[in-house]
Amino acid sequence: MTRYIVKRLLLMIPTLLSVAVIIFFLMRIVPGDIVELRFAGESAYAQKENLDKERARLGLDKPIWTQFVTWMGGLLRLDFGTSMWTGAPISEEIRLRFALSLQLAIMATIVAILLAIPLGVIAALRQDTWVDYAVRIMSIAGLATPSFWLGIVFILGLLIIFKWLPPMVYTPFWVNPVQNLAQLIWPALAVGYRYSAVATRMTRSAMLEVLREDYIRTARAKGLWEKLILSRHALKNAMLPVLTVIALEFAFLIGGLVVTEQVFNLNGLGLLFVEAIGHRDYTLTQALVMLVAFVFIFVNFLVDLAYAWLDPRIRFR
Amino acid sequence: MAVGRPVEAVAEIPEVAGRRRWLAVVSEFCRKRPLGAVGAAVVLINVVVGLGANVIAPYDPVATDYGAMLAPPSASHWLGTDAFGRDVLSRIIYGSRTAMLVGFACAFLGATVGAVIGVASAYFAGKVDLILQRVMDIFLAFPLIILALAVVSILGTGIGNVIIAIAIPMIPRAALVTRSSALAIREMPYVDAARAAGFRHRRIILRHMLPNVMAPYLIMLTAYLGQAILAEASLTFLGLGVSEPTPAWGLMLRGAAVQFAETAPWMAIFPGLAISLAVFAFNLFGDSLRDALDPRLRAQ
Repeated sequence: MTRYIVKRLLLMIPTLLSVAVIIFFLMRIVPGDIVELRFAGESAYAQKENLDKERARLGLDKPIWTQFVTWMGGLLRLDFGTSMWTGAPISEEIRLRFALSLQLAIMATIVAILLAIPLGVIAALRQDTWVDYAVRIMSIAGLATPSFWLGIVFILGLLIIFKWLPPMVYTPFWVNPVQNLAQLIWPALAVGYRYSAVATRMTRSAMLEVLREDYIRTARAKGLWEKLILSRHALKNAMLPVLTVIALEFAFLIGGLVVTEQVFNLNGLGLLFVEAIGHRDYTLTQALVMLVAFVFIFVNFLVDLAYAWLDPRIRFR
Repeated sequence: MAVGRPVEAVAEIPEVAGRRRWLAVVSEFCRKRPLGAVGAAVVLINVVVGLGANVIAPYDPVATDYGAMLAPPSASHWLGTDAFGRDVLSRIIYGSRTAMLVGFACAFLGATVGAVIGVASAYFAGKVDLILQRVMDIFLAFPLIILALAVVSILGTGIGNVIIAIAIPMIPRAALVTRSSALAIREMPYVDAARAAGFRHRRIILRHMLPNVMAPYLIMLTAYLGQAILAEASLTFLGLGVSEPTPAWGLMLRGAAVQFAETAPWMAIFPGLAISLAVFAFNLFGDSLRDALDPRLRAQ
């Protein structure tokens, strides 16, 4: 087991390294650099001298390999450097936004779980009845509705029916929990509904499969309560694929909610990413991509571990 | 001439049989999977509306009418007008053209390139397979929307670039799925036979293996259609996709639609409904198609 964990952790290194190489050179292929963008606003005739001076200050005049080695050296020490656009340390820029994105992702995942598991189980138990069809239509509709539009509709509904708008300024949870939840519950509902769709269908098909197993028949034959069969025997065994789907979606939610953040005026990682790319802020974009890729790979790793822990039949090589 | 006749007569038989078989397949699909048939019908309507937008739309989608700004739905403007007095219904109809174009182009590009890479990866096996798989893994680690954002900022906005930006992140996912099907096909005797006959790799991959991964390919294709439309709407909404004056659903939800949401909710509601309905129809159809094509699910 320990050997497997170490091996998996080591295998993360080449993947992360490749992500680093790709994003580093991708950013430098993108036309226009931060210096040009910054001076473009000031006057039509930016002096070449000034541009060069600024480039030298940011270290952009050095050969590209030197820049790469410097950046990698920083990464190894977990030092992301400073944002080229604002000059603030990147760890500080990211910290608050990461907290916001993480909270939203957790809340949306909770909404998705609360919707998906009961609906999926009911659909499986009532297979091919109108309940099953209704759940199926609901989940396909969830996949089809853009969550940013659902967000707009929520805001609109609250405004027209209750004459109330959710707070538009972010308050951290530890400062004012009520204010914080009043703002974040709406995007969490919009996003959670969308992401419950895949999990609902996974729950349904996994339950259908498990309910056909011999051990369920045995449990029924020995006269066990139906409730107990469902909760202890069926649901527990059907949760494996559902867990995978939910975990991978969670990893995606951390950095992928760009548009929803825009609608709800939330300064999360997604919007920061768009800003960073827009400004050609090399250091900040690179740091964000590394962070999102790391979360994704790490969650993948945790899912594999959880699999083995939940299903003793899976052995590691 | 005399030789030509019998050949024609012979050639006619399989064609008729082929047409009948098609009709039979379609009618069986409709009977067994009514939800899928409804989805297919809505998709068809969307395509027809998109193609015939200039005939169907009651107004010019970009014509402004300052006399009728933010007009609520009425007999002359069925779905109301926007902040520039442009007819919302006409813009939705023209938007369908953009959405269908982007949807079909992205899905076709993404699924096809992915399938070719996936099949090639399975066919060559060994080191090529390993390298291709690692490259795909790396691309999978980037979320779809972020990869698309990066591509758009390199290539710039505009429909063509948006199509590329959305199709690229789809490739590794399609490659992954087709590779697993192609691994089994690789071991088939007819592939060995083709190799023994001395065909080139390209011919074996494209002519012998690719047609046999049609089921997963079609499943990916239909799944991607809806995703592509959603991705285009999201990118456009962020200002990184299709830009004015091209009518697009995501564009209609931008700016003024949110700003005037309270007084003119039709501006925000109808384009969103159009997106949801189109993607819903594609998903419904794709879902039923998957049930029909996937033998593993059919057995249940």
